[in-house]
Amino acid sequence: MDMANVFKALADPNRMRLLDRLHANNGQTLSELCKDLDMSRQAITKHLILLERANLLVTIWRGREKLHYLNPVPIAEIYERWIGKYERHQLRMLHDLKRALEGEHHG
Amino acid sequence: MDKPKVVYVTYINNTPEKVWNALLDGEMTKLYWGHSRNVSDWKVGSPWRHEDYADPSLVDVAGKVVESSPPRRLVLTWGKPADAGNPAKHSRVTFEIEPFFDAVKLTVIHDEFEPGFDITAIAQGWPGILSSLKTLMETGRPMSMTTRRWAGPPN
Repeated sequence: MDMANVFKALADPNRMRLLDRLHANNGQTLSELCKDLDMSRQAITKHLILLERANLLVTIWRGREKLHYLNPVPIAEIYERWIGKYERHQLRMLHDLKRALEGEHHG
Repeated sequence: MDKPKVVYVTYINNTPEKVWNALLDGEMTKLYWGHSRNVSDWKVGSPWRHEDYADPSLVDVAGKVVESSPPRRLVLTWGKPADAGNPAKHSRVTFEIEPFFDAVKLTVIHDEFEPGFDITAIAQGWPGILSSLKTLMETGRPMSMTTRRWAGPPN
């Protein structure tokens, strides 16, 4: 699993949207993931295969249902590679500040 | 049956036996798993605990061995040491180790949380531990974030 695959898999708004949906509600079936999305089931399946190849997505079977999970392990590797332990605290503060400002902005 | 809350996978360029040992060997876990070691005789039904490497009186997690099939599958219950007598408060962790071409696919499923359990800390912990385990087994060096004891979430 090299990092280039991970970045390629992330570099698509539809795939990011699918990961966002799993982040909000982990462990969904394909039908649940397809709900309210303006993409064909085939297109979604293709995106899911790409995400699974990059190991950003994991599937397990529970009875007759195939459940999809967001797998953040490759992202943890990217995070550790470029964000040293000394920078983390400062970035966290910036992130919190950004969230606070955005929160104010949107009421 | 409730579906698992989190499922993690990492691919490690090593053998199933070595990955299995890395989950149990204190000299390895102190490097990638928050400076702790896992202590048990690893027989089904036996207790296990996750204690600080330097100070064994600091135990963050304790539970029982549910299943142990080296080097493929290890199932543990997972709880606070104070809840040892209360299985309802324990969640469950399953490690599955499968050969994957010349490497190993390690899957971690954490499920059976008590209703309302806040999994934030657990969901933040596993990805770092597993990616550090992979890095350690492939390069001989763990990630810096996992070599020291974690303070844990505020109560």
